[in-house]
Amino acid sequence: MHNSFLLQALIFLSAAIICVTIAKQLRMGSALGYILAGLLIGPYILGFVGEEGNDIMHVAEFGVVMMLFLIGLEIDPRSFWKSRYKIIGLGALQMGLTALIVGGLGHLGLGWNHQTSLTVACAVAMSSTAIVMQTLKEKSITQSAGGTSSFYVLLFQDVMVIPILALLPLLAPGHNDDSMSTSTLFGSYPAWVQTTIIILSIIALLLSGNYLFVPLLRIIARTRLHELFTAASLLLVIAVSYFMQLVGLSPALGAFLAGFVLANSEFRHELEGNIGPFKDLLLGLFFIGVGATINLRLIISETQTIVGFVLIIIVIKSVVLLLTGKLFRLKIDQNLLFGIILSQVGEFSFVIYTFSHQLGILNDYWFDLLMSVTAISMLLTPILLMVNDFILARLIGIELEEEDKPADTIETKHDIIIAGFGHFGSTIGRFLRANKIYATILDNDSSRVELLRKMGFEVYYGDATRLDLLQSAGAAKAKILIAAIDNINANQLLIQTARKHFPHLQILARAKNRSDAYELIDMGVKQIYRETLFSSVYMAIDVLKACGVRSYTATRKAMDFIRYDEQSLFRLAKHRKNQNAYIFNLSEQIDQQERLLSADLNAHIEREDHSWDSDNMNKEE
Amino acid sequence: MKSRVLILFAHPRFEDSQIHKALIQRVRHSRSVHIHDLYEIYPAFNIDVYLEQRLLNKYDIIIWQHPVYWYSIPPLLKQWIDLVLSNGWAYGKNTHALEGKYLLQVFSGGHTEQSYSQDGYDKRSLRQYMACHEQTAKHCHLNYLPPYVIHDAHKLSAVDTLSFAHQYERLLNQLIETDLSKEDFSKYVYINDWIKS
Repeated sequence: MHNSFLLQALIFLSAAIICVTIAKQLRMGSALGYILAGLLIGPYILGFVGEEGNDIMHVAEFGVVMMLFLIGLEIDPRSFWKSRYKIIGLGALQMGLTALIVGGLGHLGLGWNHQTSLTVACAVAMSSTAIVMQTLKEKSITQSAGGTSSFYVLLFQDVMVIPILALLPLLAPGHNDDSMSTSTLFGSYPAWVQTTIIILSIIALLLSGNYLFVPLLRIIARTRLHELFTAASLLLVIAVSYFMQLVGLSPALGAFLAGFVLANSEFRHELEGNIGPFKDLLLGLFFIGVGATINLRLIISETQTIVGFVLIIIVIKSVVLLLTGKLFRLKIDQNLLFGIILSQVGEFSFVIYTFSHQLGILNDYWFDLLMSVTAISMLLTPILLMVNDFILARLIGIELEEEDKPADTIETKHDIIIAGFGHFGSTIGRFLRANKIYATILDNDSSRVELLRKMGFEVYYGDATRLDLLQSAGAAKAKILIAAIDNINANQLLIQTARKHFPHLQILARAKNRSDAYELIDMGVKQIYRETLFSSVYMAIDVLKACGVRSYTATRKAMDFIRYDEQSLFRLAKHRKNQNAYIFNLSEQIDQQERLLSADLNAHIEREDHSWDSDNMNKEE
Repeated sequence: MKSRVLILFAHPRFEDSQIHKALIQRVRHSRSVHIHDLYEIYPAFNIDVYLEQRLLNKYDIIIWQHPVYWYSIPPLLKQWIDLVLSNGWAYGKNTHALEGKYLLQVFSGGHTEQSYSQDGYDKRSLRQYMACHEQTAKHCHLNYLPPYVIHDAHKLSAVDTLSFAHQYERLLNQLIETDLSKEDFSKYVYINDWIKS
């Protein structure tokens, strides 16, 4: 039992790692790599995976659910509301036209009955959220005009899955809707009760964002146990999906809504970071499953039919998309991207086919054939995109990455990231805000985050030393990182991570004291601010004034001292002994003080300052 | 032998000055010119005297480029003069670190050239208003060149601004290439008239 589980994990992971690495080397998307891995270990080539391929698909479908949760998280409700007409317009036009053409052809050309035609038409109109979003992310063109339009269409399709799945039992011969209703809690109630319950659940879900999820997450965040927060993130997604399924809604929609209501909360980046890796792995598994379910034997015996179907479907979908894009005034390069990236049949089609097969709407032959067609169409998307990238784009002479509509972007990221918003970081943040410069702020004290958000700061809860959180805070695009975490070790860890993964960032670092500053110098940080230097020198100015020195003279001497001290910091950093010692004990500290004081004696901190000095002039005369 | 030029640029609101932006933009890439932006380097007026003096040693022609405020130079440039041109270095017994170098003032003023005349509103020419700096230069054994002046700076059209920038570039090139010791500048009130077209 255990053995077989380990063996299976071994097979899946090795196949995935080998195929995806090769796919990435060949500059193809990771989705293609996973599908090929599935095909390789599937029943028709190596035969490692047999009938359980379908079971794996069920587990892996949860990856799609997680992805929708993350998509929801990334939507800014305000810009979403602004785009509502586009979402409905693009989506309805694409689905309606595609379904009409496919259904019409199936009914008239292939002699399908009404039910089959309608089912297949709806299924074919779907595109693959998993493949498209993954590809957009990998190419970092999510925010281009073509990217956002694709996203709008996918969003509409994902929502449409629910009525389609609800409609299927009504189409089934003899209306036996057992399989649908047994899975839900209220299936036996009349339709209007079910509808009311569904509407109430959605309202409850929307309300629970602010009044249930966020307070609970805050409590968990206060425990400061990172794994507990990860568990809570997973629990949130799983619980929402389960309850949505219970009332008869799609788990994907539930997860999407849950993400949506949390998009404005301070936990957004932390949730993204926590769910992200699980999503990626499960999506990978999902694509492996897709590869494994491709019926190679059928493809070989029915090559012509299947190839014909794939080509016709892709052409129909692309033409409809291009027309839609044209209507919504997409530029030619963006429209080509839009038309090609959505041209495959999506993962929800597998669900629709499976379901309608059970209901008797589809017979075995068409079921197998359409499943293969869907998988192959998915397989073709990355290849078509490569063709689009390399040939079409170059032929027309335009860059795909051109972002021509900044107003349409869904999230705005700042040039400046402040990590740590305690007394030190918040002073910086307040000063910047007073000068109308806004920063993305990361802090891991949830009660402080809550307070600051109420005051209108854009603060996110999370451990800034983690790479994924930095990534979702936009470190790749930011220009300046202010490392102001109170804990010395955490601050140094943050700087190391940032310098390694985002070498372009200009780093301004807070240092506790001299020895902390030395270590930052060793890491290559150039701009270091010791928290004690400035306030103690400013205090010393007042001491000099109390001793009778005029204010301006005292201030000038203080400025000279700061300059001297900063220079000596970098000079002494090179010469200090015990560079590798991390334990900085008392005797060493005294040693350091001594060296510092003797250096002060030898240096001319004040230099020869004869300005405005008539005594000196008289001497010279 | 080409001369090396150091521009000590002093403008408290550089971001709003069209003419100085155009001038700086035009000459910043020249290999023989170094621009030292005083307000950018010393926002708190704490001038690093030694650094400034070492810098001056390396150049033959020193330019003070600045707007005219209340018939005079901006306060940071005055601070610079007070601190950097120190006794025992720039002047004093046998100490003339700047001897043989040239000083050129480049400034923009608000009124017309007519206004800066005996009969005009301002009564004196800008050259006369800057007489104290001419004397400062003499005290430090610096050769004071006639100043380069842009009148009515805030009313310049974009075309005029650009043509001043081009003229400034020509002036600097001419200064760099010419053996200044052989030139007679006494006949010019403003160096504008010395520039070959």
